[in-house]
This record gives sequence, C-alpha cells and structure tokens, in this order.
Amino acid sequence: MEEMNLLDRFEAYVADNKKVEPKDWMPDAYRKTLIRQISQHAHSEIVGMLPEGNWISRAPSLKRKAILLAKVQDEAGHGLYLYSAAETLGIDRDTMIEELLSGKAKYSSIFNYPTLNWADIGAIGWLVDGAAIMNQVPLCKCSYGPYARAMVRVCKEESFHQRQGYQILLTMTQGTAEQKAMAQDALNRWWWPSLMMFGPSDADSPHSATSMRWKIKHFSNDELRQRFVDMTIPQAEILGLTVPDADLKWNEERGHYDFGAIDWEEFYNVIKGNGPCNRERLAARRKAHENGAWVREAATAHANKRAAKTKAA
Amino acid sequence: MSKSNWPLWEVFIRSRQGLSHKHVGSLHAADAQMAIENARDVYTRRQEGMSIWVVPAAEITASSPDEKDELFAPSDDKIYRHPTFYDLPDVLKHM
Repeated sequence: MEEMNLLDRFEAYVADNKKVEPKDWMPDAYRKTLIRQISQHAHSEIVGMLPEGNWISRAPSLKRKAILLAKVQDEAGHGLYLYSAAETLGIDRDTMIEELLSGKAKYSSIFNYPTLNWADIGAIGWLVDGAAIMNQVPLCKCSYGPYARAMVRVCKEESFHQRQGYQILLTMTQGTAEQKAMAQDALNRWWWPSLMMFGPSDADSPHSATSMRWKIKHFSNDELRQRFVDMTIPQAEILGLTVPDADLKWNEERGHYDFGAIDWEEFYNVIKGNGPCNRERLAARRKAHENGAWVREAATAHANKRAAKTKAA
Repeated sequence: MSKSNWPLWEVFIRSRQGLSHKHVGSLHAADAQMAIENARDVYTRRQEGMSIWVVPAAEITASSPDEKDELFAPSDDKIYRHPTFYDLPDVLKHM
C-alpha cells in the first residue's frame, strides 16, 4: 500500500516536469532503465573513440590531426561524465567496465562499422555526431538530474564535432574527382547505419512508452529519425552528394521527406555481435584495459606510499 | 579482472574570479593530486576553470531527502522575510 502511494506520487511528480535527484525515492524499473541507458551511452562514447582513433596517425595534416585528437579526447570525457552519472544510481564503475569488456553490455551499433578512408572521419562527424546530437538535445531535459546535467555538457561540446566533420567533407567535395568520390563512398556506407542509430521503429520499441511517461525520453525513435533526415538532406545537397536511397523524396503533404525501408535484419545482426568490427572493438578495449593494469596498480601504490609518508610526518 | 577501487571525488570548479566554486561532476582517482589532474582533463578542456576543488565523495555529509519537509519547514511561515510582504504606497519609489 505504502509502495503504491510512493509510485503514484513519483508518477505525478515527473509528469509535472520536476527533476529526480540521486537520493530521491524512485521505482526500481526507473533506476534500472536509467542504469542501462546511461551505461550504454557511456560505453558508446568509449568504444566510439576506436573508429576515429584509427585515423589519428594518418590524418592528412597536423591541423587535422590536432582537431581529431581533441575530438577523441572529448569522447573520452563524455564517457566519464556519463559513467559518473550512472554511478549516482548505485552501480559502481568497475562493474560497468566489466560488463562492457565481457560483452554483456551493449553500445551503439554504429561503432561496429569500419573507417576505411579519411572521408569516413568527415562522415562520422557530420552524420554520426549529427544523429547523436539529435538524440542528446532532448536528453538535456531528462527527468533524472545527473543525466540531464551531463547531457548539457556533452551537447555543448558535440557541436564542434559535427561542424569539423562537415568541413572535412566540404573540403573533399571541392577537391579532385577522386576526393569527391571518396566523400560519396563514405556517405553511401554511413547513411543507413546512421539512421539505425535512432533505434528500432516505434512499433518494435516496447519500453519507449514508459520512458516517455517518465520523461526520460521526450520524442519517439521514429520522430527523431524523421527530424534527422529532414535536417540532413539539405546539408547533403550543399555538399553536392547523393544520399543512397532511391525512395527518398519530399512529401509536400506531410511536410517531411519520405525515405526507404531500413534493413532491420542488419541492425539486429550487428547488435547481436555480428557486425563487421564487433570482435575487433571489444578486443581493442580489453587489450587497452589489460595493458593499463600496471598503471592503475602503480598509481594506487604511489598514493598509498604518499599517504603513509604524510601520516608519518 | 583487477578492480581499481579508487575512491570517488566530487569536483568543484571556479569558472572565473568573483564566482563561487560550483559542483560539476565526479571522477575516480587514486589520490587528491591525481583527482586534480584528472579534473583538469575531464572538466576544463575549454577554459571552464581557474581553480579546482576535489573532495572525497565519502566525506560529504548530506541532508536526507526524506527529512526535507521537516528540515525546511521553519522558513515556510516566515513570509515577512521577503520584501514583497510589506505593502507600501506607490508614491514611494525605489525601496
């Protein structure tokens, strides 16, 4: 009975757009949903460093290299803001890292695709970060305070990511025929995986309704995907590139672009671990974690030694 | 897998002289000095700060949200602490 009252009060409270803070009472399902969503989001930032890290040593100029380094460093920072936000819900950092490295935890399927040429770095900034921004801006109003605050920081930083990516493609499309062809090839490969970033269609997204009622989400997957398409097509036109979708056309009546069917079989296949790079990504994370073990141990030993010295003095 | 078990630190940043330090988030570090260095990399990549405080999260004593009502009730019935409580004639400007 008492539990019911708490739940009713909670529902009314979030329905009123009020914020929930770590020590407030919340339903178990709310806590679990947020832990899953925030930790997956954090893992995505961390694994997301890998496809781009692939090009740091091969960036075409020192300027591009410095910019890419700064972007990848931001992704690490975003992962850390998010892990901290998840920890306020009672899960500890080591558990989350273990879940990522064991393959139990999921991360965004987009990062299981390879970066084959420099134009891919442009396409990632423009499309992948663009789609991420579309998802993340509404999360700044999420009912859970620490997640919303982390998102405000992330969104402020992401806008440079998208602009630098678009500018890479702008430069390439104004270059030689080969460079323009590379840009088109990158768009061909990244377009559909970017649309998949918004998640399954609303009809196949059973938890969406609860997340919307709890004000974790404010828009459905399909709504955000449509907004992304509407915003991105004119940007592709400015680049002089063609979106790889024969069914794409402006629908005057709806005031939106109609677009072709998404290959959901591919999406679920990548989620299940069978994308082009799933194994490589996890292997790289595990190796980094194992190779860093001595650094963590040394830092702990150093801290203990210093603490003992301070005590003795 | 080895667990690091580094303590959690709450991070406070003064964005410019004249403003208070403000809570920005938290991070794990082996000791206070490492916490300061990590806080610089995680929370001030774009000139957001000129001073950093780090505090072990375990050292913070917080009021309980369950006792919020009793804790803050004493100020609820003292509306005379607000300037708008006093009804003064319109001819009186700037008070």
